[in-house]
Amino acid sequence: MPINVLMPALSPTMEKGNLAKWLKKEGDTVKAGDVLAEIETDKATMEVEAVDEGVLARIVVPEGTADVPVNDLIALIAGEGEDPKSVGAGGGAKPQSSKAESAKPQSSKPEVGTDAADRTPGGGTMAYARVNEAPDAAKPDAAKPAATPEPRPNGAAAPGGRIFASPLARRIAKQEGIDLSGVTGSGPHGRVIERDVRAALKEGGAKAPSAAQDTSAQTPPAASPDAPADKAAPAKPAAAGAAPPPGLSAKQVMGMFKPGSYDEVPLDGMRKTIAKRLTEAMQVAPHFYLTVDCELDALMALREQLNASAAKDKDGKPAFKLSVNDFVIKAMGLALMRVPAANAVWAEDRILRFDNAEVGVAVAIDGGLFTPVIRQADRKTLSTISNEMKDFAARARAKKLKPEEYQGGVTSVSNLGMFGIKHFTAVINPPQSTILAVGAGEKRVVVKDGAPAVVQMMTCTLSCDHRVLDGALGAELISAFKGLIESPMGMLV
Amino acid sequence: MSDPYDVLIIGAGPGGYVTAIRAAQLGFRTAVVDREHLGGICLNWGCIPTKALLRSAEIFHYLQHAKEYGLSAEGVSFDTAAIVKRSRGVSGRLNGGVGMLLKKNKVDVIWGEARIEAAPKGTTPGRVAVAQTTRAEAPKGAKGPGAYAAKHIIVATGARPRVIPGIEPDKRQIWTYYEAMVPETMPKSLLVMGSGAIGIEFASFYRTMGAEVTVVELLPQILPVEDAEIAALARKRFEKQGIRILTGAKVTTVAKGQDGVTATVEADGKAQTITAEKLISAVGVVGNIENLGLEALGVTIERGLVATDGLGRTAVPGIYAIGDVAGPPMLAHKAEHEGVLCIETIKGLPTHPMDKGKIPGCTYCQPQIASVGLTEAKAKEQGFDVRVGRFPFMGNGKAIALGEPDGLIKTVFDRKTGQLLGAHMVGAEVTELIQGYVVAMQLETTEEDLMHTVFPHPTLSEMMHESVLDAYGRVIHV
Repeated sequence: MPINVLMPALSPTMEKGNLAKWLKKEGDTVKAGDVLAEIETDKATMEVEAVDEGVLARIVVPEGTADVPVNDLIALIAGEGEDPKSVGAGGGAKPQSSKAESAKPQSSKPEVGTDAADRTPGGGTMAYARVNEAPDAAKPDAAKPAATPEPRPNGAAAPGGRIFASPLARRIAKQEGIDLSGVTGSGPHGRVIERDVRAALKEGGAKAPSAAQDTSAQTPPAASPDAPADKAAPAKPAAAGAAPPPGLSAKQVMGMFKPGSYDEVPLDGMRKTIAKRLTEAMQVAPHFYLTVDCELDALMALREQLNASAAKDKDGKPAFKLSVNDFVIKAMGLALMRVPAANAVWAEDRILRFDNAEVGVAVAIDGGLFTPVIRQADRKTLSTISNEMKDFAARARAKKLKPEEYQGGVTSVSNLGMFGIKHFTAVINPPQSTILAVGAGEKRVVVKDGAPAVVQMMTCTLSCDHRVLDGALGAELISAFKGLIESPMGMLV
Repeated sequence: MSDPYDVLIIGAGPGGYVTAIRAAQLGFRTAVVDREHLGGICLNWGCIPTKALLRSAEIFHYLQHAKEYGLSAEGVSFDTAAIVKRSRGVSGRLNGGVGMLLKKNKVDVIWGEARIEAAPKGTTPGRVAVAQTTRAEAPKGAKGPGAYAAKHIIVATGARPRVIPGIEPDKRQIWTYYEAMVPETMPKSLLVMGSGAIGIEFASFYRTMGAEVTVVELLPQILPVEDAEIAALARKRFEKQGIRILTGAKVTTVAKGQDGVTATVEADGKAQTITAEKLISAVGVVGNIENLGLEALGVTIERGLVATDGLGRTAVPGIYAIGDVAGPPMLAHKAEHEGVLCIETIKGLPTHPMDKGKIPGCTYCQPQIASVGLTEAKAKEQGFDVRVGRFPFMGNGKAIALGEPDGLIKTVFDRKTGQLLGAHMVGAEVTELIQGYVVAMQLETTEEDLMHTVFPHPTLSEMMHESVLDAYGRVIHV
């Protein structure tokens, strides 16, 4: 029986990916552990490892194919004693059925060699799912994924934008003012059914924020008691001004320019994700912004001193070289621990509060950005943070970060200082609740003790999710941060 | 001990064997254990053989009324043994068919009484001991008693007739469906306890064959799960056929005599005695949960049934239960669907617990009854503002041509959303019609799509359309 190689899910939420590259060609012998192909998802590129021995009989999905759904047949491996030619000819005849019947990879980890489940996060590789594999019965949680099936698209994102929804779901959505494009369908092929609309309704509407929420979010001062956590407010958004207007269609936009005056750039997974997540962030999370100027002189002096003290290896390379940003990350981590109420994220009907500080750091790469997360940023030393960041940045540029390395986090740091940006505001990266926009450190004339003085200053703006942080709490957080930056010795103890 | 199976299913009834075949389709190494018959009660002593008996009764009825169709049939009579033989033949044929299907799908059949010795744990498969059974011969190719191991164990042991203390079935005068299925002679008189699907189907069969039939129902309505209006119409038809019906009545004592039984029936505080040649006890069924080792393993049992999460998972990982033993409605098609959901959940496919509100029910008496979803009363009880549509058989051309002008199709909608909440039917062939509404409900169709659907003419199904139109004041043929 030929072995069907299926598109693996690199993360629990992955729905499809691009088949970036085949590293084996048809007719190649493969053994367990060989890298078969590279899969590119919205953020990462990962390798698919073989867990079987045999001959790669047929490549079903050619390299360069975009948006291959998880669990689609991508190749066939002829097992021992099988004629690869006949396998290649016949095996692909029913990719549809194999897709329908295939297990989700996380529930049917092939038991070859080491456990694929353990290997995956560690090695940056992923074993594929096979249809002719009985699930690992022994795993007590083998049946678990089914209880909370992965959310599947309702078709809203598909070209043409048709939303698959039952007549009853449509009618209830219309009556209750629910925007179906924001509802995840749990019916066959992601069809939105009554259950999904009712659930969305219960959660207060899977929907655009009401006008009332917007205005409350615009008033940052401390006294803002009408925090949108009040469930009553968003219940009937239709009354307050309906769903957000959809963006212009490609056709509409193209119609506004002279044909031939532009090149069309197809969206890669990362661009799509950034567009989707951040649009959602601005629509769903009520942002407000708090700006402070931080004096950097003490920090710069300390940094110089620390960097000078770094041990050097035999090539004269220092063990660490701290950047201002490393201090910013550490300060943010400590500030979160000092203001525990701000070390929290919004989770629809509750707030999740954390007892360690996870700080994401925006890393710009060609065509997009990553925000790898420094865990326990409050506890790590500056040199550890610095070296971790160097590793993250290098791997981010190579798109080799693992999903668990850029997921989570309570806040992020976005630093555009190196571009000479003095001040900007950043969009919160869901599900985080804050993001710190860090400007350039520059010499400014300020009034000090009643006299003009030249000091090095850095302007930072904290974007806050008003559902989690009210004005005063946000102010407390950024004040704690400012205090640490201005008295940086506090970060060393 | 042999290699562990991926899946071992206890019970080869409609739930068990369908689950086994689906398991095999999903690539599992599968075995099914049974102690008596492939196909279970449904195929051997329930759904199927009763349909065969009722078909004989139906044709007998038509022959007796041949004149109404311009035909003549003189000296119409029946041969009880031949009717029973046909019914058993139908079961036998399908029973063999199940064996073939299991074989074709490479499902091992193990013959005997199963007992779960240990639940699957970690990487260790669960253990099942299968003991010799004396109930029936093993089918050809079946494996025998012994120790077996499996990574997932599904209990699909079904149910058996409930016994009322003091009215214990004796196979001779007090029957369950087993004996009622294979009468040696047609009883002249019959007392039926219980007016659910089983009781009513036997009442209908034996009445058509000429017996004096009395039905005693504890509740105020016959066919208690059906819509009150439909049940009332059915009752009228039964009484017209000569079936005596006592509702809100209880059989308190039964005395067995030489030629039959004498039952004391209490209703409205008054007692009366009813004598009959045979008594059929059809007061429901109870789950087969005994001697499986379930409680010792920590499987939760509630009211004599295995508690599951709607996807077959019990309190003990690796042990599952589906079908009658996992709770009502105790219907073959519920068991089959639940089994498929269970095995697909084990496989890790996306599944949702079955919506029990969308399981149809059929009773094959004369006239037939079929329904799905909420009755009008239940819908109101749940707070729905309902719109009800009705269409009588009298207004349908095909029904008139068939000579079946009695019956009703009733639809219940939510006024607010247009959701089809329920559909209820009584009349000829309605058991074959109901599925149209079941599909509509599953796809969450509203009244609008149903009204825009084209129904073929001339068919009984046109009444389904008209009933919907009636709910919205647009009925044509009334």
